[in-house]
Amino acid sequence: MAELTYRDAVARGIAQEMERDNRVVFLGEDIAKAGGVFKATVGLYEKFGPLRVRDTPISEQAILGAAMGAAMTGLRPIAEIMFADFLAVCFDYVANEMSKMRYMTNGQLGCPLVIRTGNGGGVRFGAQHSQSIENWTMMIPGIKVVAPSSPVDVVGLMAAAVRDQDPVIFHEHKALYAMKGEVPDGEIVDTLGTAKILRAGSDCTIVALALMVSRALEAADRLQREHGIDAEVIDVRSLVPLDTRTILGSVAKTGRFFTVEENPRLCGWGAEIASIVADEAFWDLDGPVVRITTPHIPLPAADHLEDLALPSAARIVDRIRRVMNG
Amino acid sequence: MASGQGAAARLDVPRNDDIGIEQRLYLFRLQVEIRDCEKRAYDLFLQNLIKGTSHLSLGQEAIAAGFGVAMRKGDKSFCTYRGHAHTLARGAPMEGMLGELMLRDIGLMRGKGGSMHLTSVEHDVLGSYAIIGAHLPIACGSAWRAQYLGEKDVSVCFFGDGTTNIGAFHEALNFAAIWKLPVIFVCENNLYMEYTPIGDVTAVKHPAADRAASYGLERILIDGNDADVVLRTAQAALAKAREGGGPSLIECLTYRHSGHSRADPGKYRPPGELEEWMKRDPLLIYRQRLREFGVSDETIEAIEAESRRKVDVATAACKASPSAPVELLTTDVYADGGWAWRN
Repeated sequence: MAELTYRDAVARGIAQEMERDNRVVFLGEDIAKAGGVFKATVGLYEKFGPLRVRDTPISEQAILGAAMGAAMTGLRPIAEIMFADFLAVCFDYVANEMSKMRYMTNGQLGCPLVIRTGNGGGVRFGAQHSQSIENWTMMIPGIKVVAPSSPVDVVGLMAAAVRDQDPVIFHEHKALYAMKGEVPDGEIVDTLGTAKILRAGSDCTIVALALMVSRALEAADRLQREHGIDAEVIDVRSLVPLDTRTILGSVAKTGRFFTVEENPRLCGWGAEIASIVADEAFWDLDGPVVRITTPHIPLPAADHLEDLALPSAARIVDRIRRVMNG
Repeated sequence: MASGQGAAARLDVPRNDDIGIEQRLYLFRLQVEIRDCEKRAYDLFLQNLIKGTSHLSLGQEAIAAGFGVAMRKGDKSFCTYRGHAHTLARGAPMEGMLGELMLRDIGLMRGKGGSMHLTSVEHDVLGSYAIIGAHLPIACGSAWRAQYLGEKDVSVCFFGDGTTNIGAFHEALNFAAIWKLPVIFVCENNLYMEYTPIGDVTAVKHPAADRAASYGLERILIDGNDADVVLRTAQAALAKAREGGGPSLIECLTYRHSGHSRADPGKYRPPGELEEWMKRDPLLIYRQRLREFGVSDETIEAIEAESRRKVDVATAACKASPSAPVELLTTDVYADGGWAWRN
């Protein structure tokens, strides 16, 4: 067991898979010699060499296209898109190419690859480098989407993503890179499509993702302490595949359901889960389904404004308390 | 008679230059078969047996044939939505190609992809891509795999002149050059990006060749209507790529006899332009070439008759094929074969 940062866990997860399988290769901007702009890939170039860890030009279409062509013909590439916002400049590959190849070719071609990308806000980078775009990727048939909230999940879900036969978007949260956590020694392989109950509770269910998980947990502690509300907190971890069984099971127990989402409100990931809960757990519910999200705005750079925009523990406590007591 | 002369003797002509009579007859047969298949596709439209859209390569057959003959088993083809010709040129069956256009179960992808996405991995056709420019970086990735694993195949990417003005073209060229990838970019310059003359929207006269220098590549501009020229150029570029010499960018001058797609009668073309290019029809050129090398009219006509027969047989098979079964609606979304996104 060792204490690792979330950023070191990224390098550890990639290294674990590169050691296991020489078909795993890694490409992106500044990822090799510089160790990544977030220093999440330090040491990989030195360990695996210039043929397997390759710096690219600022050419996001070339990065994803090359990863796709390599994946279609036998490699298992990991591609970095530095900031998740930049997926917009190569979205053709996500939305039209890698996600549809298997279907359009009637199963002749697949794209087993991982796109890892720095997602989310809270670091004062302004509207083009801070977005939570997991919902953009969730809505496309044919790709999988994960967003780990802790170092150990980074390692295990990275391994699962690399070993998966489908394209996986791996959202790393920029504000979590410095987070520390215990990570067991030895090989760690997690399972895509599994949510985790991080705090058991009986009064309400809160589902959260990535940075919002720690805020939901803090809110749950305060709800218990200050308001006597016993919340169950679920880390969704994987949007596609989605572990609805764990979520619906929790709602059956608590009867109340909340989402905490960093993406802007319209068509956020929680809207789909709320819809599933409304469809399939309606008779378990004792009150309205409530989504706590970033408002439908671009993110401001100013620290006090960005803090107002993203769901905070205080906002989560306040909203849930009023709904539960209302 | 020495056994080595048998084939030539049967064909009533002597062996000739570096290309040789067998390859010439192969080039001719491919061009004729592509022409006949494309004409059949057009007829099937008119009968409403081909739905959706389709983009014919009538007039551009020499490029597909030249590369089809030059490429080895294992070399990868990446095509555009105008990809019928390139798919056939790698040996994919006519009924698979026409059947996909007709969205029948017999089609290469059993109707799940349609005319713009022809794919036959068995024949090394790794997809036809309908978003302009998308497949150039993908071909780079395939070439990167060959380079990394030490495999000797070459990835060849075909596209039109309009592609040279999209970002992915430039990203791919730079990427292939800096990584010295075994990839060949083949621009079929048919003078029109869809409906607009390419010259009206491009800063240089030759949209691909004039940009080669930007990526440290040789300027290669060839007559794309002469299959011999295409074959020789393809062979040189393939050999260079296989030897680790890196990418090539080849601009082939050609002309589309039909409109951009089924919806386009091509009325924007100036009077007389089509007629001028019809004089340079690749089939006209190649029939004459064969005669120059002593191939008899009977041999030429026999190849043409056999092509028509094969297209008729393929058409009948397509018409007899059922539509794809409804179960295919939800297959192969994910690698487990299904479409489940939740438990």
